[in-house]
Amino acid sequence: MGKLRGNLLPPALAIVFSALLCGLALVLSGANPLKAFGAMVNQVGEGSTAVDIINSTGIYYIAALAVAIGFQMNLFNIGVEGQYRIAAVVAAIFGGSVALPPGIHSLAIIIVAAVAGAAWAAIPAILKVTRGVNEVISTIMMNGIALGVAAYLIRRDVFGELRGNNIRTPEIAESGWVPGIPLGDNGTLFGLVFLAIALGVGYWVMMNRTRFGFELRASGESATAAAAGGVNAKKMILVSMLLSGAIAGLVSMPEILGRDHTYNLNFPGGIGFSGIAIALLGRNHPAGIAFGALLWAFLDKSGLALDNVGVPREIVTIMQGTIVLSVVVAYEVVRRFELASEQRRVGRELASAGGAA
Amino acid sequence: MSVMTKPAAATPKRGRKLPGWAIGMLGVAGAIALLSTTSYLTNFPQLTSSGTTQTAVRLALPILLAGLGGLWAERAGVVNIGLEGMMIMGTWGAAWAGYQWGPWAALVSAMVFGALGGLLHAIATVTFGVNHIVSGVAINLLGAGVTKYLSTLLFFPVSHNPRESPPVPKFDTYSAAGLTDWLATLENEQRVVLSDVAGILRGLLTGVSPLTMIAILLVPASYLVLWKTRFGLRLRSCGENPWAAESLGVNVYVHKYIAVIASGALAGIGGAALVLNPGQPGYLEGQTGGRGFIGLAAMIFGNWRPGGLLGGAALFGYADGLQLRSGGETVLALLYGAVILLGVLVILQLVRRKWFAAAFGIAAAVVLYFLYYSLDEIPSELTSYAPHMVTLVVLAVASQRLRMPAADGVVYRRG
Amino acid sequence: MSSSTSVRTDAPAVVLTGITKRFPGVVANSDVHLTVRTGEVHALCGENGAGKSTLMKILYGMQPPDEGTIEVNGEQVRFKTPADAIKAGIGMVHQHFMLADNLTVQENVVLGAEALHGIGAKARRKIQELAGQTGLNVDPGVLVEQLGVADRQRVEILKVLFRGAKVIILDEPTAVLVPQEVDELFATVRGMQEQGFTFLFISHKLDEVRAIADSVTVIRRGTTVGTADPKTVSSRQLAEMMVGSELPSPETRTSTVTDIPVLTVSGLVLSAPDGRALLDSIDLVVHSGEVVGIAGVEGNGQTELVETVMGMRKASAGTVTLGDDDLSKLGTLARREAGIGYIAEDRHRHGLLLTQPLWFNRILGYQTRKPTAKGAWLDREGAKRDTERIVEEFDVRTPGIDVPAAALSGGNQQKLVVGRELAGDPKLLIASHPTRGVDVGAQALIWDEIKNARARGLAVLLISADLDELIGLSDTIKVMLRGRLVADADPSTVTPEDLGSAMTGAGSTSAAVHEEGEN
Repeated sequence: MGKLRGNLLPPALAIVFSALLCGLALVLSGANPLKAFGAMVNQVGEGSTAVDIINSTGIYYIAALAVAIGFQMNLFNIGVEGQYRIAAVVAAIFGGSVALPPGIHSLAIIIVAAVAGAAWAAIPAILKVTRGVNEVISTIMMNGIALGVAAYLIRRDVFGELRGNNIRTPEIAESGWVPGIPLGDNGTLFGLVFLAIALGVGYWVMMNRTRFGFELRASGESATAAAAGGVNAKKMILVSMLLSGAIAGLVSMPEILGRDHTYNLNFPGGIGFSGIAIALLGRNHPAGIAFGALLWAFLDKSGLALDNVGVPREIVTIMQGTIVLSVVVAYEVVRRFELASEQRRVGRELASAGGAA
Repeated sequence: MSVMTKPAAATPKRGRKLPGWAIGMLGVAGAIALLSTTSYLTNFPQLTSSGTTQTAVRLALPILLAGLGGLWAERAGVVNIGLEGMMIMGTWGAAWAGYQWGPWAALVSAMVFGALGGLLHAIATVTFGVNHIVSGVAINLLGAGVTKYLSTLLFFPVSHNPRESPPVPKFDTYSAAGLTDWLATLENEQRVVLSDVAGILRGLLTGVSPLTMIAILLVPASYLVLWKTRFGLRLRSCGENPWAAESLGVNVYVHKYIAVIASGALAGIGGAALVLNPGQPGYLEGQTGGRGFIGLAAMIFGNWRPGGLLGGAALFGYADGLQLRSGGETVLALLYGAVILLGVLVILQLVRRKWFAAAFGIAAAVVLYFLYYSLDEIPSELTSYAPHMVTLVVLAVASQRLRMPAADGVVYRRG
Repeated sequence: MSSSTSVRTDAPAVVLTGITKRFPGVVANSDVHLTVRTGEVHALCGENGAGKSTLMKILYGMQPPDEGTIEVNGEQVRFKTPADAIKAGIGMVHQHFMLADNLTVQENVVLGAEALHGIGAKARRKIQELAGQTGLNVDPGVLVEQLGVADRQRVEILKVLFRGAKVIILDEPTAVLVPQEVDELFATVRGMQEQGFTFLFISHKLDEVRAIADSVTVIRRGTTVGTADPKTVSSRQLAEMMVGSELPSPETRTSTVTDIPVLTVSGLVLSAPDGRALLDSIDLVVHSGEVVGIAGVEGNGQTELVETVMGMRKASAGTVTLGDDDLSKLGTLARREAGIGYIAEDRHRHGLLLTQPLWFNRILGYQTRKPTAKGAWLDREGAKRDTERIVEEFDVRTPGIDVPAAALSGGNQQKLVVGRELAGDPKLLIASHPTRGVDVGAQALIWDEIKNARARGLAVLLISADLDELIGLSDTIKVMLRGRLVADADPSTVTPEDLGSAMTGAGSTSAAVHEEGEN
């Protein structure tokens, strides 16, 4: 019960706090927060919004899982942002330039994406293991370089082609697509949303039921105790970073294989950073992350309705930022409180047991 | 006195032989020599032209200021990857005050907005003990969100574009008129070294705005405050060993707060430097383009010291400016310069009998020379990210020799 | 400098009365009384975990007492921060040095006391003037990083002097020093004492206390049990005061030593990054049913020996064999799987995952073995069942196996660790300070368990700073000094005093201690 409270209370507090703060901002700017909120909720029923939210949840979910694997052992993979971009452009080029039978084609693209993501993550991982380079700095730098490399690869004299006023990679043949589930006017659900679910289940099983997950969590909790318990720290860093990169590589697969079939200039950025926020919100727990991803997607997609009621939709970005900052504060405060109360409780129980004995 | 004064067995030598300013001067001289040699051998006078230098200075300013921001925070032991977000806040603040009340108001407002971001970071990391990276990421998200919202709310009615502010008036710029004319003549004569030096000097002395002067002055000012005052000593002690500092009566929380707020203010001024750049109309969404991170990179390149940081910012700004002024083939000439530099370093290593390092240097030089030889130009997409690559190389090669504050990034709890 | 030797004899330098300090679940100090006369060296003696450090933190203003009063020079004071204590003329040399490596000696010294002489040339002159008193002979502009341990300690003393402290607390100052450095430190202390400084010397080493102190107060289980004159009291009497008479004896009765070698270490060398030998050609055999104790002043390579045998540090040369298996090239996990149980010296850093439940901690080190794992999968039920067994058999006082390890008291945490490391029938148990900082009940239980395991044929490598524990439990004692095994001792005849002098390299004073190469 105490544990549940420790996990659920902080996000609830954070959401309420940031809703109040944004409400206050809206009141100050002369808008009606209740009306704005109502518009957002109503938007879910409009057109394809609900499906868009689910699709977007799936993408955020994968990104957050990638981040969470690193977080489990206190490894800050800030580089999910760059890893998924590189993976997207490499996979799109690969998919658009090979001809394979249906099914195998898609599978090959997905594998290439995972490998590309892992390869991009391998650089900071190797730098950390061999040279002791802090992964935060190196992944930030790798994010920048990823932007440059991606832009270079889609140049018209490299792999790109011009379509209208957009530059993109060659289109992937239909054999490489992953069909979605058409829901008529409500839009189309990406087929690879199920990949996200499978990854979530796999992540849970790995963390809670396998030796690798145990070693990951032990390393995150105390590197020294893990070492004394026979966990090879360097191996764990390398493996978890590669795994994180591989999953990051899959982030853009639902969109590329399900809708865009190409990497182009309109490729969405920032999902890696959202993934960090969502992993923090969900405390690296697969269910918590799912909730966080859903919340993020809801705010993103329903926020579009705010323009109709005269409120700048960017308020949702503020809300997202406030949520993540206040949730980490809340977790920290609750954690300290719980630890102290637990120690008191055990002390008390033992004292009374000793008195009775 | 009856106490023993037995001489210690081995007296350690002082760490440095040369004072910092001398090393700096040597570095500058070396850089100029390298550039003029390269420019002579590759026949690219643009490498040292006044135009390139002037652009480089403008592009280096935001990096320099963000780097100084990083320096202040990290010297007090708080890692600040929220610099980017604080810089974004600064750009918005500069534009908002600037288009209404002019450039000086822009500067002050940018400082305040950046400092607000810093305050938030301080509250999260110092008071609540949140992980510094986590808080930094959150502040980056928040900075982007808040400015987007405020732009839509306040700029859109005036500029009719939610991503742009109304034009912001710039500072007047000053040139040392007589001197620069003479330098221009010298530069155009295309004499070896002399013209190069003249070009660089002319670039530095032309179109100087008060902001440029302030930014440059902030480097020695930061050095003096952090290294030569009691306050600075206390601040740095918080980044080295906060427990020791606290045990000696230093209020660690207060010093960390001041440092991180100052860090935000500096990043904010960096944002103002972008908005008040004569080449820009005013605030633009996404204008910072990761310069907060590059500032961090410059700080690491400079080994957490103001002089080195200035060098890093100059290098990164220069590469950027060269690309902007004269394109990828000129930047390629820099590779040639890097080969020369490596050559000098290899000779040094050979003299010191460090065979492995020398072999590594030779291999790197061969690779770079091959690139220079086989490519026509460096793709423009990649040159913007040269700072990132340089930083990775520096970290990979010299991470053991870098000397970051010992307790940097450590969450400190009193008691 | 101001060599004011006006010793005020009317009021004691420090008087602590009725000091009590509680932490959640534990009382660190209760009703402590301590009087330190001006100008004396007053030793505070007690075992590890007896409450010395907490008491000193209270006196130095780092923690407020829950009850009790502090008087300095006859005036009652109330310290909120160390700054208040410094103002009252109290300085502290911490056991774990409070120095910033990346700052210079001068910066470290003037930090927090800049108001006295600034931070520039004037301060530098003052430091050079004071440095002689501490025996420090380096340029104040040198980075502390470049100094050795003894010089760092001198910088710590210099910090205290610079602030004009007249009462100096030395917290376990000799723990990190080699004997020659200890002598130098004592010379410094005596010299300063003549100039009127008062010292509060914290230690658990009786020979040192007797060598330096004018009076000694013993603290046991959080409370002061009495003050004595070290010139008249014997070490044995002091030891009895420290451990109390109710303490169970760790003595093992009958020998169970066999001639089957379990652990064989030969020619083991471990080099520091700078090339210094941390371990210098160690040869060691532990037989089945034998407890081999390693005696040594902390920091002479015991930790390194254990961690190298465990594979946590990579040996530069030499072999480690367990039974017939050569472990030299294996990692920590493989060595554990081969049959080594490991009680680490610091259970918080190396033994436990503090925020995880007890059953989760049971898996640590056993993540590849029954009953906690099946192949690549964890066996959570198995882990929980076995944790229940440990809680039962080892009398771990806990409300359940789902509470985080941090919630247990030190003794109960340690019982859990011991239970875990004896699970799965190891061939060898490495026990580093197995009863450090635990209560008397837990200590007795842990001793019994080690004895029982030994009777079952387990080989035990025991490292302890508690010489009574070492003598009582061991079948063979080896003395470690500067990374080498320098002497053997027979636990049936050796006394702590003999052992102590062998540990400091003073040479054998007894027939029970044989220096290596002597026979």
